Amino acid sequence: MILVSLLETAWHALVTHRMRSFLTMLGMVIGVAAVILMLAIGQGAQAMVRGAIESMGSNLFIIMSGATTSGGARVATGDAPSLTFDDADAIRDLPDIRASAPVSPGGAQLIYGGVNWNTSVYGTTPDYAVVRNWSMASGSFFSEADVRRGARVVVIGGVVARELFGDENPVGKVIRIKQAPFEVIGVLADKGQSLDGRDQDDTVLVPISSAQQKIFSSSLRNRARFIMVQAVSEKRMDAAETAINDLLRTRHRIGVGQDDDFTVRNLTALAETAASTTRIMSLLLGAIAAISLVVGGIGIMNIMLVSVTERTREIGIRMAIGARRRDVLWQFLIEALTLSLIGCGIGLLFGMAGAWLVGWLAGLPVAVTPVSVLMAVGVSFLIGVFFGFYPARNAAGLDPIDALRAQ
Amino acid sequence: MTESAPPLIEVANLGKDYPTGAGVFRALDDVSLRIAVGEFVAIMGASGSGKSTFMNLLGCLDRTTRGSYHLDGQDVGRLSSDQLAALRNREIGFVFQGFNLLPKLTSLDNVALPLMYAGMGREARRRQAQAMLDRVGLGERSHHTPLQLSGGQQQRVAIARALATRPRIIFADEPTGNLDSETSRQVMDLFNQFNRKEGITLVLVTHEADMAAYARRRIRFHDGRVIEDVVTEGVPA
Repeated sequence: MILVSLLETAWHALVTHRMRSFLTMLGMVIGVAAVILMLAIGQGAQAMVRGAIESMGSNLFIIMSGATTSGGARVATGDAPSLTFDDADAIRDLPDIRASAPVSPGGAQLIYGGVNWNTSVYGTTPDYAVVRNWSMASGSFFSEADVRRGARVVVIGGVVARELFGDENPVGKVIRIKQAPFEVIGVLADKGQSLDGRDQDDTVLVPISSAQQKIFSSSLRNRARFIMVQAVSEKRMDAAETAINDLLRTRHRIGVGQDDDFTVRNLTALAETAASTTRIMSLLLGAIAAISLVVGGIGIMNIMLVSVTERTREIGIRMAIGARRRDVLWQFLIEALTLSLIGCGIGLLFGMAGAWLVGWLAGLPVAVTPVSVLMAVGVSFLIGVFFGFYPARNAAGLDPIDALRAQ
Repeated sequence: MTESAPPLIEVANLGKDYPTGAGVFRALDDVSLRIAVGEFVAIMGASGSGKSTFMNLLGCLDRTTRGSYHLDGQDVGRLSSDQLAALRNREIGFVFQGFNLLPKLTSLDNVALPLMYAGMGREARRRQAQAMLDRVGLGERSHHTPLQLSGGQQQRVAIARALATRPRIIFADEPTGNLDSETSRQVMDLFNQFNRKEGITLVLVTHEADMAAYARRRIRFHDGRVIEDVVTEGVPA
């Protein structure tokens, strides 16, 4: 029999019971909308984490001063700056290391003209730009020479540039950091949010020597709170970690059985944990939404069973005038499919609208991908077939005489 | 009817049993007869006599328990349910006491329905359905639904539907049972016309003598057996 006739028949049957069809579809609408929305949010969260990981830099270690445990007692890392600039240089000379940057972090008030801004100040070396894979929007990064002579130069993040200078070009201007004048020699390219939610562009970088002398007035010269290290490749991460541990234990003269006075953390591994957590979360969201889709399918089966019972006589008449069993089977199957696919279509619209709304309200980069749309349509089709088949088979299996006698 | 006319229907030693709580009920027992092309047969009998069971068997809606049934030379007992459906679609038309139209469809769509199962395209079947409605005098009512029609009109739509695929035989089960006498006469006149003028074989199941009087052969059932099979006068068209 011709598909068009079947679709027409199905459409007719659905329109005849408008309210019932609508309520039946509603299950599919909600199910599909939920799946689309949850997948979109999951994708958005994953994209955000991926972006944050990329902005962090790749194959990263962070070496913190101090140990996590000291003689069994837990102490905060970074308490006693045990790491020196020389440690950082020695680490850079290890075979599996590409770059190594000592960092001395702090915060300070910046002033340019009548404008002031409070931000984080990182004292570091040119390797920091390598490690963080941070390029320049304008100007240039400070050099090793700047670090050696404690030059009063500063590289500023995008947020700081906008807050202090507005539309002005910051490069070449002089700002005051804790009263000391620093020349802006470069503006960093924007990175956006970090994994822990901080705005990475709200920062300024200065040579570590200048930071300690002019800004933090630190008593501990040539010592870094932490060192950021980049390995040459992901494969060499483990070897690099071992080499760093050995090197630092030797340099710090830590005997066998003594606790480290430093902690090496594999940031890339941490980030990947965060990424897989997000992945699992979005899978979970999708799975919960998929359950509602199945519930929608059961709703369709329920209504189709009622419909077959109600229309037993109609089935008998159709059989008497020449409908084959498979014609009847197709009629009810197509009806179930029409319900599920129209429900799916409406659900897609609601899901996409919802995703857009969530993206707009939560500032999440939500993404309704063609894959998730195809998946929703495919699953709805399968649900229509799966839950429509049993009622349709019941209808097709009716005895013509019994069916004609019904009611 | 001359003996040389080919039998459209030929049943031999036909039997049909129904299982009941108290055992097996023999609805039909050892029925043998032939019906030739173009005959107009009235099947009579009290309720429970087996006449409806017989019609269901002849109409390929049901299967026999014993005996054989040949329709147009084909052994119906050997056909699959799909082949039976095709046979009902092509060769047989049904007219029921309760009309059995689909209430949500227009007259036109009701009449076109068997053509859909015959695989005819949408436009062609609508044309043919409209032509059939014209022939039963309801061409003007093609877009009415059954509820908007009188009983007589509904039965005429049903007759148009039965004839839509141009079958060779019509089975009518108490077609005037729900109609008043005037309307009944109109419906019977219509049947008579199709039989006399177009040679469509008609098998009419009824318990009303004046309806049976339209036929030219009368078969009477009692307790599942044929007790009378006589040629009658009929009514000229």
